[in-house]
Parts: sequence; structure tokens; C-alpha cells
Amino acid sequence: MRYISNTPAQQKEMLARIGAASVEALLANVPAKARLSRPLGLPAAMAEGDLVRHLRGLAARNANADDFACFLGAGSYDHAIPSPINHLISRGEFFTAYTPYQPEASQGTLRTIFEYQTMMAELTGMDVANASIYDGASSLAEAVLMAHSVTGRAETAWSRGVNPLYQQVVETYCEGPDLRLKMVRLGDGVTDLDALGKAVTERTAAVVVQYPNFFGCLEDLRAAADIAHAKGALLVVAADPVNLGFLTPPGALGADIVVGEGQGLGVPMSFGGPNLGVFAARAELVRRMPGRLVGATVDKDGQRGFVLTLQTREQHIRREKATSNICTNVALCALMATIYVSILGKHGLRKVGELTVAKAHYAAERFAAVPGVRLRFAAPFFKEFALTLPKAPDRVVKRLLKDRILAGVPLRSFDRAEKSTLLVAVTERRTKAEIDATAAALAAAVA
Amino acid sequence: MEARAPYDKLIFELSAPGRFAYSLPALDVPSAEPASLVPAQYVRATAPELPEVSEVDVIRHYSRLSLMNYGVDTHFYPLGSCTMKYNPKINEDMARLPGFLRLHPLAPAAMSQGALELMWELARDLAEISGMDHVSLQPAAGAQGEFAGVLMIRAYHLSRGERRHKVLIPDSAHGTNPATTALAGFSVVQLKSDETGEVDLADLERNLDEDVAAFMITQPNTLGLFESKIHQITEMCHAKGVQVYMDGANFNAILGITRPGDLGFDVCHFNLHKTFTTPHGGGGPGAGPVGIKAHLAPFLPTPVVVKDDEGDYALDWSRPQSIGKLQAFWGNFGMLVRAYTYIRTMGPDGLRSVSENAVLNANYILKRLEGDYDRATAGPCMHECVVSARRQKKLGVSATDIAKRLLDLGFYAPTTYFPLIVDEALMIEPTETESKETLDAFCDAMVQIAREAETDPHRIHEAPVTTPVRRLDQTLAARQPVLKWRAPSP
Repeated sequence: MRYISNTPAQQKEMLARIGAASVEALLANVPAKARLSRPLGLPAAMAEGDLVRHLRGLAARNANADDFACFLGAGSYDHAIPSPINHLISRGEFFTAYTPYQPEASQGTLRTIFEYQTMMAELTGMDVANASIYDGASSLAEAVLMAHSVTGRAETAWSRGVNPLYQQVVETYCEGPDLRLKMVRLGDGVTDLDALGKAVTERTAAVVVQYPNFFGCLEDLRAAADIAHAKGALLVVAADPVNLGFLTPPGALGADIVVGEGQGLGVPMSFGGPNLGVFAARAELVRRMPGRLVGATVDKDGQRGFVLTLQTREQHIRREKATSNICTNVALCALMATIYVSILGKHGLRKVGELTVAKAHYAAERFAAVPGVRLRFAAPFFKEFALTLPKAPDRVVKRLLKDRILAGVPLRSFDRAEKSTLLVAVTERRTKAEIDATAAALAAAVA
Repeated sequence: MEARAPYDKLIFELSAPGRFAYSLPALDVPSAEPASLVPAQYVRATAPELPEVSEVDVIRHYSRLSLMNYGVDTHFYPLGSCTMKYNPKINEDMARLPGFLRLHPLAPAAMSQGALELMWELARDLAEISGMDHVSLQPAAGAQGEFAGVLMIRAYHLSRGERRHKVLIPDSAHGTNPATTALAGFSVVQLKSDETGEVDLADLERNLDEDVAAFMITQPNTLGLFESKIHQITEMCHAKGVQVYMDGANFNAILGITRPGDLGFDVCHFNLHKTFTTPHGGGGPGAGPVGIKAHLAPFLPTPVVVKDDEGDYALDWSRPQSIGKLQAFWGNFGMLVRAYTYIRTMGPDGLRSVSENAVLNANYILKRLEGDYDRATAGPCMHECVVSARRQKKLGVSATDIAKRLLDLGFYAPTTYFPLIVDEALMIEPTETESKETLDAFCDAMVQIAREAETDPHRIHEAPVTTPVRRLDQTLAARQPVLKWRAPSP
């Protein structure tokens, strides 16, 4: 049998040593009534060649971003992934290890996490970052729970500029502790600061904003921080770290907790997962943080080494009193991000930002020049923008598929009020030729 | 020790101003000053302090770091409860097919039919393997699968107008069980195990009442024992309206042998990174699908993958009683491709053979070690065994010491000090992918350590000496946390 090493002769030899007549005898504790008396109803085993053919067939039915000009965003982005990442993460020593419970035999993983924590702290402008949460949405949920436990307050002032998919996840996590999200409206694409000021009270644990927000617009974090802090609430910012080589980091603008989807940092889109939940905070909040943390220490010879630390926050020690239930996180995605940031380095991330912002603005100008199409909001944006279309966005998107263009995300399914809105994302990978062709196809589709 | 020439760099320490590894396209759209596109306050004032390194620096650095790890590809990794089995390479090739890897989650459904079909098929396979009626693939890891399961149970009771506050959990449970339960807003009641290591039925009976929402147990349990009175347990629970949750961390023991659905469980989760060979990645990503019986279907996380009469697949969002979403998109899809590939590779007979060989291997280890270590339980075990280093402890050698010595002898260590109810626990899970030769070498090492505990404990206390670092000062790390690199002051 494939992937099973023992030969029938060895199996017999082992049974003899155990003193059991058969494997059946070893299953004595499984009562007869519990036994499955038939084979599992699954397709028969497939040989590798047949299986590859089958899976290639399935894969071929999907729109892959090598064959399409991809303007889809809303939380997952087609940023370029440098070649070394896949080579390095595929090394079995990284790939087939687990949580570094034995640090002496896991220094490779521990060092990469320590590097990752350093990079994420630097990009977000925060003091400390953890080893990762599942994705941006679950990171944000953990941040809301943490703000609740730090402040003892049960309300969160929630900007409508936050990704609605994140809102759904946070609401799921708020169910148990019975926390409430108080929605704060937008004014022309960004959080209405007057409304925010009215929403934040002495009962507010956190103000949550996204930067740039779901519609691509840049929020005034400084003002949001002032409003939050005036009432003793924390400012929680969801930000995509790939943008933070160019954009002012939230930590410099008053954020207390910064979370984000790190997929843009070298992690494949892969139909939305696995992703990379970034989580960073101010130093004084570290003992309330969820998830793993790696710290530096020394070994008994005085040599530098790294360990999982402050573990008394965690479920395997603290059980029901843990700061979170998270165990397995996304260490390998964090490694992808670490290698990505190493490759892009001090100046490359800024260049990615410069290319992105220039191409996004060029695209916005071209698309908004199509008769009947206009920018939905006037607020400054970064790499994503919302368009109002004169025809149903679903149909326009369908029409552009013929030109091998994934034109954007129709927002009707996120918000009924946005039934004419198409959300368009532009990364450094999009070319002028693709943008021009898309503008032409868009013009034809809405004519 | 002089022989150790450790590599002791962090990527930041390789940095040289002006060096770079990236390759970016030239600007092909009309150039504009970034500050003319976004207001100045949004533009970073100073470049982030990130490394400036070459591509060869990156390759060599991370290759050298990788050599400081033990992984399944290089070492026997008998980490109990984690199912560190071989991760087939074909899974990796399949997950990297561009149609999967380069697919955006919000691509129109017509352009993601292959991905949706794979998810639909995998959910159906897992339902068959577990005897459950429906499976959600969305949870990102086991703990999130638990969370989804417990929330569905909560929603179920509430839909019947019952607000129950307690969840029962045995003292042998994984830490995620009580942590998840608390996260879902329940209080935890810990149940005792009986002298055989199974659930104490009398204690269960005492604690079952109308305020209990669920009983959460691991099957087989963390002692490696199949809970033989499981039908009685699920019946007792159901009689009080209590839902029964199975932590599926130990599913590798029961494939094709028994099914949680047939045992009366209402919910169970799977760890695809354990039983279904997706790689552990140094601590994830995993995937933690959750299976449920039909009465819980209205509460499944949204969206649900559905297939219509024409054979087209779609994401169904119209589920008003759903517990909601757990992550932004649909699940850790890359892991789902790997698990699907594995299930199709093995087929029904192969999967059963997996569990039979996992059980055989664990019992072989138990047999070979029982002369030198105390068994935690009597009789045969399932896919893992727990022994105690109680005897060695009397000689001044702890479970930790044994773990460290094993590293020197070329093996990763078993899980130590878990389950919590066994003193000096060593929890050993060999998995089916290991050969008798490997098991013998490991058992020889364990027996050697038992001898050394009697004759040369100093050697064990000094271990490890062959690893890149020796025993690390955990107290210092926690007392003065250093959680990121800082440039040395000039």
C-alpha cells in the first residue's frame, strides 16, 4: 500500500512480538457494534498518472491569474511572488516540521518567526507582532476580543469601511462574549468622523477602521485615534502590510493594535486560503496577545537561541483562561512573507507601492473616462477604487471574461445599496497594455 | 562542543546598504509623483528598517536555517497527538497547479467550477469517512473547527429556546477544547477519567443536566484508548438533550474501522494536517473541517458549496440561521487540494490500511518499551501510546531530559507532559508511514536512555549536545521578553 512502509512479513513479525494474532485483536476496545461492516464508500485508489490527469482537469476549469488580467481584490490580491519563496518553503526541514515545542531541534523555524515578528512590527509601526493568526479577518476578530479583555468594555465602534467579510467573521467571534458592533457610516468613501465621535463612548472597547478601507480609500487614522483615546478606547486598524512600505504605518498614527491580511507578501491567492493573519500591538499589551510569540534567549553555553515564550497566555497551558483558543496558525505562510520581505527589502516594498499607486491611478483615470462610468468616491485611494457603472456590474464582469479580464468585484452581494458598484484592484503586476485593453472592453460593455 | 560551528545570523545581520534581491517592472504608465496621487500625510516618512540583501544571501540564509530543524522528511517525529506522518510530494504538485494556486476567491462562480467541485467532493468524502451528514470545509485549523462546532451546538439549543451554559470536557482533553468552549461563551466543567483512562461514567452521570450544552470528547482519547462505552455515553447525553462533540485529532486511528456518526456523535472536526497528510509547515497552515448531523445543518458556516440539478456548483449564502463566517473566504483551499489528492490516492482500502498500520506501529512501540517505562494504561492502544518516565524520575531523569537526549540520538521527541493526568508523560505517535526498522531504532534509543538513567544520568542532563544550540533559558525569555531584532547601537 502506498505510503505504508511495513511489508506483510514485518507486520506478522510485529504482531508476533506484541503477542496478538491480528490487528483485529489490537482493536479489542472498539466494540463490535461500533464497527463499520463495509468498506468506505469512496472511489477506488487512483494511480498517480490518472490522479494528475483528473486534478489537471479540475484546475483547468478555473480562471487562473496567469491567463487573465486580474483586477480582483477585496482582501486577496495578485501581487508578484518572487521565485525563491517556493523553493525555500518547499524544503522538507521547514515544510514537514511542526510547532517548535523542542526548540533545540527547531531553531530554523524559531529564527524565521523571530525575523517575521520583527518585520511585521516594523511595517505596521508597532512594538511587537505575534507569529500569525489564520487570516486578516480572524486576526481582526482576535483584536476585538483582546480590546474587550484589555478594557473590560463590550462595544466596538465599527467603520462601514471595513471589509464586510471581516465584519461577518468578527460577529461570529463576538457571539460567545456577547459583544456588540456599533456601525459607523461613511461620508464619501471614508469613515464619517462626526458619526464616529458620537458612536464612541465610555462603553467602547475599540474603534475599528481599515486602512486603506474596503473601498480603497485612505482613512484619517490620526483623527480616529484621537476619538478613540479620548474615551479610553483602543484604536484597532486593519491594514495590508504589503502597502506599508509606502504608506505611513498605522503605529505612527496612533493605532493600539494593527492586524491585517498578509497574503500580498508572497502568499499565493489559492482561492482564498491559506492566508496570513498579521497581528501587532503596543508593547504594554503583549501579555494579552493571542497566539504564539518567539523570543530570544541564550543556551546553557551562553549562545544566542530562540524559544516560544510567554506561553502562559496560551491554551495548552492556560486552557479555558487562555487569551485565545488558537494552536496551529499559519507558520509556513509567515515564512513566505519573511522571505518576501527579505527579497523586497528596505527599498523594494516602497517601489511596489509606487508602482501600485501609479498604475491604480492610471487605471482609475482610464476607466472613469469611459462614458457612463465614474469613480464612486472622491476620497484619496491607494490601490483599489470603486466605480459606478451604468449597467449591472455582474453582467459587465461576465462580458469582460470573454476578453480574459477579471474586471473587478461587484459589490451588490456585499451591500445592496452598492448595486451599481464595481470594486477594482490594481497591483504592480498589471501592465499599461492590460489597463488600456480593459478600458476599451469596459467601454464596449457599457455602450 | 567545539565541533559545533553554529550558524548564528538573522537576515537583518546580513544587510548591506545598496544590496537588493528584487526584480520589479519599469513604470509603464505615465509617471507621477506619488505625493501628487495621495496626500503627503499618508506617505511613509522614512523607509522601514528592513534588510538589504542579495538573492544568494536569501537562499543561503534560509537554507542554512532550515538545516537547524528536524522535520518528517529528515527525522522520525513521534510527536503524540500531532500525527506527523509523511507528506506526499504529489499533493504539493497538485496544490500548485496554476488553476488552483492562482485562482482568486472572488472569481465568478462560472470561472471557479473546478475548485468548487473539488470542495464539494472532499466534503462528501469526509462525510462518508465520518458518518456525518454535512461537512463545512471553512475552519482554518482544528481549534477553529471546534469553535464552529460548539457555536453550531449553541445555535441549535437557542433555536429550541434553550439557553444552556456548560460544556463537559474530560481531564485528558487537549487544551484547545476548554479554550474554544470559553471563547464560545460557555463555562467548562472538567470530568474525571476512570482508572482505566476512559470517561468516568459515574462522574458524567453526576454532571449531566439540562444546563449542559455539550460533552466534548476525543475519540480515541489522548491516552490512545478507544472509549469503549461510547454508545452508552452518547445515549446518556442525548437523553438530557446534550450534544456530543468529537475532537477528531486522533482520526488516524479509526479510518474505515468506525465512524463518529455511527457512534452517536453530533459533531466532529478533522485535522487535515494530521490524518490527511497536509504538511505541518512549522506550525500551520492546517485545515479543520467540521462534520455535523442533519439537525445542525441550518447553522453551518456560510457560504456552503452546493451543486444544482445541472451539475453546476455555487456558494450558497442564503442561510439565515448560520453561525456566520470563520475566515474571510471559503477555507484553506490549498490544504483541501492536498487532502483530496491523498484520499483519492489511498482509496477506501488504503485508508483502512492506514489506521490498521498506525495501530500496529503504536502497539509495537508500546510492547518494546513496556519493560523500561511505565505504561499509562493496560491493554492494547490505538494509534498512539502514552508511557510515563516515573521510574526514571526517581533517578533524577525527567520526561524533558529524555526528550532532549532523543534529539542527540537522531529523533524528534514525543509530546511530553501531556495528557496532564499522567505524570512525566511521553506520548508517542509513530504513524503508519514509519517502518519497523525506524521503530526499532527509536525503541533502541529509548531503551538506551532508560539504561543511561541508571548508569550515566549526567549524560542525559547535558543533552542535547549535537543540536545547533543546547538547552535554552526559557525563564530568561519570559522574564525579559525580546520579541524582535534591534540594530546594535553604534
